[in-house]
Amino acid sequence: MRIFVCIKQVPDTETKIKLMPDGSGIDEGGVKWIMNPYDEFAVEEALKLKQTAGDATVTVISVGPKKRVADALRTAMAMGADDGIVIDCENSLDSFTTAKALAAAIKKEPACDFVFSGKLAIDDNAGSVSQYLAEFLEIPHVTVVSGFEASSGKYVVTREVEGGTKEIFELTGPAVVAANKGLNTPRYASLPGIMKAKKKPLSELNLSDLGLSSSDAKVSFTNFELPPEKPPVKFIDGDPAAQAKELVRLLKDEAKVL
Amino acid sequence: MSQVFVFCEFSNGKLKKGSTELLSAAKTAGKKITALVIGPGAKDIASQTGEYGASTCFVCDDEKLKSYHPLAFAQIASQTIKDSGCNIFLATASMMAKDLFPRVAAQLETGIASDCTDLSFSGDDLIIKKPLYAGKCKAQVQFNNSPVKMVLMRPNQLPVNTPVAGASVEMKILSTPDFDSRMTVKEVSVGNSDKVDLTEANIIVSGGRGMKEAQNFDLLNQLADTLGATVGASRAVADAGWVPHSMQVGQTGKTVAPSLYIACGISGAIQHLAGMSGSKVIVAINTDKDAPIFSKATYGVVGDLFDVVPKLTEEFKAALN
Repeated sequence: MRIFVCIKQVPDTETKIKLMPDGSGIDEGGVKWIMNPYDEFAVEEALKLKQTAGDATVTVISVGPKKRVADALRTAMAMGADDGIVIDCENSLDSFTTAKALAAAIKKEPACDFVFSGKLAIDDNAGSVSQYLAEFLEIPHVTVVSGFEASSGKYVVTREVEGGTKEIFELTGPAVVAANKGLNTPRYASLPGIMKAKKKPLSELNLSDLGLSSSDAKVSFTNFELPPEKPPVKFIDGDPAAQAKELVRLLKDEAKVL
Repeated sequence: MSQVFVFCEFSNGKLKKGSTELLSAAKTAGKKITALVIGPGAKDIASQTGEYGASTCFVCDDEKLKSYHPLAFAQIASQTIKDSGCNIFLATASMMAKDLFPRVAAQLETGIASDCTDLSFSGDDLIIKKPLYAGKCKAQVQFNNSPVKMVLMRPNQLPVNTPVAGASVEMKILSTPDFDSRMTVKEVSVGNSDKVDLTEANIIVSGGRGMKEAQNFDLLNQLADTLGATVGASRAVADAGWVPHSMQVGQTGKTVAPSLYIACGISGAIQHLAGMSGSKVIVAINTDKDAPIFSKATYGVVGDLFDVVPKLTEEFKAALN
């Protein structure tokens, strides 16, 4: 069984975002890069599926500048993935081109029995690559997945939507499953795991190998702006009863939200 | 003239507010509007789309479409969007739309922007902004090589017009496609909450570690009931198992944008602020006057939530009656 996990490298949540002076993007200098948090759930679920399936290979795959994205792939291999593919390109691509590249790279491989990904990347917050990819691979998708069970080629996949409602799907073959928090608890990379990962195969492709170019992008971002400065908080004094009374007055008369 | 296609969602026989916002925005800009409604009862919704400005409403009204099936819904939507000849597509960034429309975008070989917060029309074009990097900045979305510009808007961002009673709309009936057998809906377990979901809520009351233990959320439930609000929580509280993950607001939880967000006993870690800083008015109640939550708050109450929240519930009751 061949399992693919698509991962993305993103700026750490705690990283302070600075903009380029001309507003054309963010200043990547000083950014600490991590594996997208949701992708850790995807890697973990792939490793669990490998355990159930027995004879299986988990391949992690990512699109982005090789010199940094390779770190995220090594992290996934340190968790237990068997090998990696990096699709090298100068900058991150939009969801459409990313999915085209992933699909083309996966189609080059002899088999694809299952694909995992995170439900969204915390940088562009698009949540679109998994569905684009599934369409390009001509297989079903399920996103925001918080439950996954595999038995003899069938998969029962739970997706959580508004109001705690759960949609449970049964899949009879390959699919793209995009992981949400709550699906599992990702394992930590052990020290021996990290040592082993350094020797695991990491193959490299570039966009032109896949017949693609970064100018294929459908969506781009311009005019970056920081949120407007918030006026300072208005503290409400007094005992709890007085505070409550004043707060309700302000919400009603000043903020007009009631 | 550019033509706008709006995917409309409904519940309990009524268009959802997010859908009325999008119809209103397109109507105000003077666009020709085509709507699509899918699911049992869709026929009864068509007239409502007309009242908000749609001139044509496609409906696929079938009991078989009671539950969301990504492949069937994608087939219906792709075909209808293509046939309509529209060049702008709008939908609310609901859980269904966020799952469905990237797939539709793939079928139409076009671009999509999800979770947008700003939308305005400028002649035949539209100006769209969305938050990036967990809301730490915003940027304008540009579409290239995209036959249809697909935009998923967060709810509660745009004004709603007064519906025009009796406005005419041409209803076009769609047939249900055969379902792809590789994927079947096994079960839908409806959540026990009769409240509006966090992502759509207009008022949210949220609790953090300062709640001390799970059963103290009763205090917040009482406050929320008074306000018609939905209850949320911080990651610490969800991770501790006091509340389900579905109630978590923040980076790895839900992104919310209510008119009023009341944070009780939440210190305001970056990852929480990422999920709620889009709220219009933020109230923070915390014993620590230096808590980071106050840097985002409109109104701050330094005090013990166990004293303040019950008083607040009383005051709201009095004010709203």
